Amino acid sequence: MRNLQTTSVAPVAKDMPLAGKIPVVSPLARVKDLNVQFRSRDATVHAVNGVSFDLMPRDVLCIIGESGSGKSVTMKSMMRLLPPKKTVMTGEIEVNGHKVLDLSERQIRHLRGAEISMIFQEPMTALDPVYTIGRQITEAIRAHEPVTTSEARRRALELLELVRIPSAVSRLDAYPHELSGGLRQRAMIAVALSCKPKLLLADEPTTALDATVQIQVLVLLRQLQDELGMGVIFVTHDIGVAAQIADKIAVMYAGEIVEFGSARDVLVNPAHPYTRAMLASTVHGQARDADLPVIPGDPADLRRLVAGCRFAPRCGVSKSLCLERAPSLVGVAAHHDAACHLINSLT
Amino acid sequence: MTDITTGNTITFQGPPAVSGGAEARSRGYWAGVARRLRHDRFTLFFLALALLIILGALIAPWLGLPDPFQTSMARRLKPIGFKGHLLGTDELGRDLFSRLVYGGRTSLLLGIVPVVLATLIGGLLGVVAGFFGRGVNMLIMRVMDVFYAFPSVLLAVAISGTLGGGILNGLIALTLVFIPSLCRIAESATVQIRALDYIEAARATGASNWSIIRTHVIGNVLTPVVVYASSLISVAVLLGAGLSFLGLGVEPPTPDWGQMLSSLRQSIYVQPLICALPGLAIFLTSLSFNFISDGLRRAMDVKA
Repeated sequence: MRNLQTTSVAPVAKDMPLAGKIPVVSPLARVKDLNVQFRSRDATVHAVNGVSFDLMPRDVLCIIGESGSGKSVTMKSMMRLLPPKKTVMTGEIEVNGHKVLDLSERQIRHLRGAEISMIFQEPMTALDPVYTIGRQITEAIRAHEPVTTSEARRRALELLELVRIPSAVSRLDAYPHELSGGLRQRAMIAVALSCKPKLLLADEPTTALDATVQIQVLVLLRQLQDELGMGVIFVTHDIGVAAQIADKIAVMYAGEIVEFGSARDVLVNPAHPYTRAMLASTVHGQARDADLPVIPGDPADLRRLVAGCRFAPRCGVSKSLCLERAPSLVGVAAHHDAACHLINSLT
Repeated sequence: MTDITTGNTITFQGPPAVSGGAEARSRGYWAGVARRLRHDRFTLFFLALALLIILGALIAPWLGLPDPFQTSMARRLKPIGFKGHLLGTDELGRDLFSRLVYGGRTSLLLGIVPVVLATLIGGLLGVVAGFFGRGVNMLIMRVMDVFYAFPSVLLAVAISGTLGGGILNGLIALTLVFIPSLCRIAESATVQIRALDYIEAARATGASNWSIIRTHVIGNVLTPVVVYASSLISVAVLLGAGLSFLGLGVEPPTPDWGQMLSSLRQSIYVQPLICALPGLAIFLTSLSFNFISDGLRRAMDVKA
């Protein structure tokens, strides 16, 4: 009751004229101040440092960043796939109402595959070479639902048809090495979708594929996301791929989100110097003989994090303030944030 | 309805390419192994020989052979082809062919059972050690290293010497001898597999540790372990015969090739050919299992 009153009175209602008519959608996944450290005898690697974001249902979020920026780690921690003994995770991860970090091993297993699913980068190694595609899909189904063998097989066939594998009946009994890279990747998507997950995590699923097949798989993923109403978190270091599939983009550097916003905003009006430098260093119809601009320096050493802005040592516009104090995410425009002290002075 | 239509399009689309491929595919892995074995005449010959020896041992009582325990002072050490005795007689006048066939029972028992048991026990220990790593691995593999420190013959003799003679103790001794090497093979294969993406992918679909071990680890470890185990059978036949030769395995008067070799050895200057026969049986059995193992390795290697 009280809640209703406040929403109707609050000035926010002006921004959202439909707020009273449709129920407020709560996020499918919510990550709050996530820190992930890998501890070994020699060093502690600060892989993820205070990452927060919300993912709305049916949204596709792309996390982009260079190798070692913590994008895959962020994703794997949402499924708690990191080696438990070496990893220290703090913060909050909530997926579909489940607090992932508080669940027992048994509970998290029920979540994996059923509500959160994942597709991997290498379709060759992510499928077991000694079992048929059909067997691997039915295994994933039967991990969660007590169905008969024939029922599981029927569903496996449906899944292969869902991911548009031609002559699915015969492909059911095929071994991974008998399929092409693109088909293998589709088969892996079929395994991941076997229990109709609400959240699909994709770890550079198109990186290992040919450019032509890459587009097909991206289009397929986008169609499936729409048909099944899934939320998708897509990790990539390919900005072209991100532009193709993303609703929202999070740019990560040294384990932090440095820019977050709609795909259009981030790619068209990048606010953070890192995002700008990254976009400038891609091929997009420059003169043939012009060298591509590069970002100088080396990726941040995650064992010894610098004080202040982590990108400052490589940043072209950094000031002394940047080396002293770490910036936090501030609004650039509506629903578009960046973590940089100089946002207002940059144009 | 849709099923029928899709079924139609498949047969319609391109019979030469699609259905041919589908047929080869549906046969599966083991069918492929069998197909490659069928073209390997050399291995087939030794497979037939081994099967003959095994079959003879299995149905020995129904072959109508002379009693292998019937001694005769008058017919000692008769040569090959002596009337009524196909391969002559031994130092107590017992029919040698009959004793060789019956002897195959114990020799093969000592050759096959320890390997099977050691594959199960050692393989499982190795998989567990490799999969869980750290402390578990340390514990299991260091214990194996202790066994590894002894030469296998010496270890077999020591164990069976401590336990005393008899077939059962011989089996136990040989099983213990083979566990460490099989454990090590399974462990190293598991460690390689554990790091692969499909294990993580299986975990991402909600599979538990044990179901991952049951399907993905054992499925992939099986080939190297089985190939190695099959090569151990010939070693086990030799070792088992060796134990009996030393009087540790099978006790007389039960016929056994090693023990026959040991007792006939004293007559080597009287009937050298007869004395060599149990040795020949050991040699042929060991050889055939060796070649079968090689053939199996070639057939099971999908990449070749």
